[in-house]
Amino acid sequence: MSPDFLFFLEIIVSGLMAGVMYSLVALGFVLIFKASGIFNFAQGVLCLFAALALYDFIAPGGWVDRWFGFTLPVWLGIIMTAGVMVIVAWLIERLVLRYLVNQAPIILFMATIGLAYVLEGMGDILFGSDVKPLDIGLPQGASDYMLDTFGLYVEKLEIVAAFVAAALVAVLAVFFQKTRIGRALRAVADDHQAALSVGISLRTIWVIVWSVAGIVAMVAGIMWGSKSGVQFSLSLIALKALPVLILGGFTSVPGAIIGGLIIGVGEKLAEIYVGPLFGGAIENWFAYMLALAFLLVRPQGLFGEKIIERV
Amino acid sequence: MSTATEKTAGTEAPQGETLLSVNNIEVIYDHVILVLKGVSLEVPEGGVVALLGANGAGKSTTLKAISNLLRAERGDVTKGSITYRGENVHAMTPNDLVRRGVIQVMEGRHCFEHLTVEENLLTGAYTRGDGSGAIRDSLEKVYHYFPRLKERRSSQAGYTSGGEQQMTALGRALMANPSMILLDEPSMGLAPQLVEEIFEIVNALNKQERVSFLLAEQNTMVALKYASYGYILENGRVVMDGEARALSDNEDVKEFYLGLDSGGRKSFRDVKHYRRRKRWLA
Repeated sequence: MSPDFLFFLEIIVSGLMAGVMYSLVALGFVLIFKASGIFNFAQGVLCLFAALALYDFIAPGGWVDRWFGFTLPVWLGIIMTAGVMVIVAWLIERLVLRYLVNQAPIILFMATIGLAYVLEGMGDILFGSDVKPLDIGLPQGASDYMLDTFGLYVEKLEIVAAFVAAALVAVLAVFFQKTRIGRALRAVADDHQAALSVGISLRTIWVIVWSVAGIVAMVAGIMWGSKSGVQFSLSLIALKALPVLILGGFTSVPGAIIGGLIIGVGEKLAEIYVGPLFGGAIENWFAYMLALAFLLVRPQGLFGEKIIERV
Repeated sequence: MSTATEKTAGTEAPQGETLLSVNNIEVIYDHVILVLKGVSLEVPEGGVVALLGANGAGKSTTLKAISNLLRAERGDVTKGSITYRGENVHAMTPNDLVRRGVIQVMEGRHCFEHLTVEENLLTGAYTRGDGSGAIRDSLEKVYHYFPRLKERRSSQAGYTSGGEQQMTALGRALMANPSMILLDEPSMGLAPQLVEEIFEIVNALNKQERVSFLLAEQNTMVALKYASYGYILENGRVVMDGEARALSDNEDVKEFYLGLDSGGRKSFRDVKHYRRRKRWLA
């Protein structure tokens, strides 16, 4: 293979891998948007919150270490963090959402902005604001196999992230399509009132969906935390999820994945091949331009639910 | 209240044990808008009771007050009481009521558009805990009553016709194994033939499955044909009630709701005068 083509391949692969990381964040958005029509601005902060909590469960120098003098094994830490996310979801329903039933989407959206700040502040107070390296034993560095066989440089961590994302999507798809609760979630997404009328309790559903979104956020938080350390700028990846969602559609789980991959690859390719024309550093805004173009052509996204209109 | 209620001749209380009883309820939306000003009615076990009246008379509100969907629309029952099998429903959630066997089919059908017809039906069984076998049986039962739904079971509900959506909504309610269905305007937007079809099914469900119905309808003629007892609502009050037959024979009902007139065509001026004089509530 010519070095040029290899270089191209490497860009694609690293783009795909970065895209997977975006998809993980976007997934959480899709879940909440599907079930309650809320664009959850706090999703990025949920990732941060989960990563912070996990760090304090398992890392030396974390809360558990300081209070009890030992650290939890990683698997137990993850389960505990999932528990924390469920509690957070329950609190959000109890303290915020319950009072906003039947309000306009924009009001709920603003409530989640407030929520983002509250959670960020809470995270700061509870866990401190310094950057923490999150090490849950995921492989680091380049994959020798890929390097030797294909001559490609691929991070091991990113390969793991791809598998984790695939597993997560499979589990979510089964959950949504095949289970009673999943069906109820989709029903609520379609018509709150009708869901109420058949006896689906919105409160229960909201706790469930925010818990699931919290756990997805935890997975994203773990991956991002392992990649670049747990830091407060993690909450800003929520902004990167926005173009992913516009591309993939706000209501589609596979859309979030495909959208993430397109954005990931697109911005890497643009940076390398189009970037020089603009003097570089277009990686930061390319995704948003792409999203804007998409809004003009296909506002519901690639996989978004078409607005059904009967005539 | 009783002064405003004009019993038609020869009425008796509906037969059967009282399943649902609404006692002089007042409903206020948003703390200010008074919608129901004292509505009382009873539904006997196994009965089909019609709630009639024009737009905005308070039919839907009455049904929602019973099913407790009212609170999601910022409405509340501020006076009076509603009891189902002797239990006060005020503190219950819609979920509690569905578990007890009271389910509402909302006006305008409200199917879950992106779910298939079968998935729609299955959501009706959300509150049931009696296992997937029993739910399968109910599904077959629904398909027995609505064979058309079986053909369309895997279509997205949003793409089915109005009649099919109404059937889906009714079938979905049936999946909860209800003892009482609050049916809101089943005839809305449907062709007359379909309306008859839906009401025939309501009749069959009532006779064979012993489901009681409280149905709100603007289509007075059809409703009185299938109901055993009727209440007429005007401006948030019950102005008349009686056996369905007696109601449809009543001159005022004929004139106001059935568009029938015993004295032939009157001149426009006469009609106006007559209406003014005979209005129950000035």
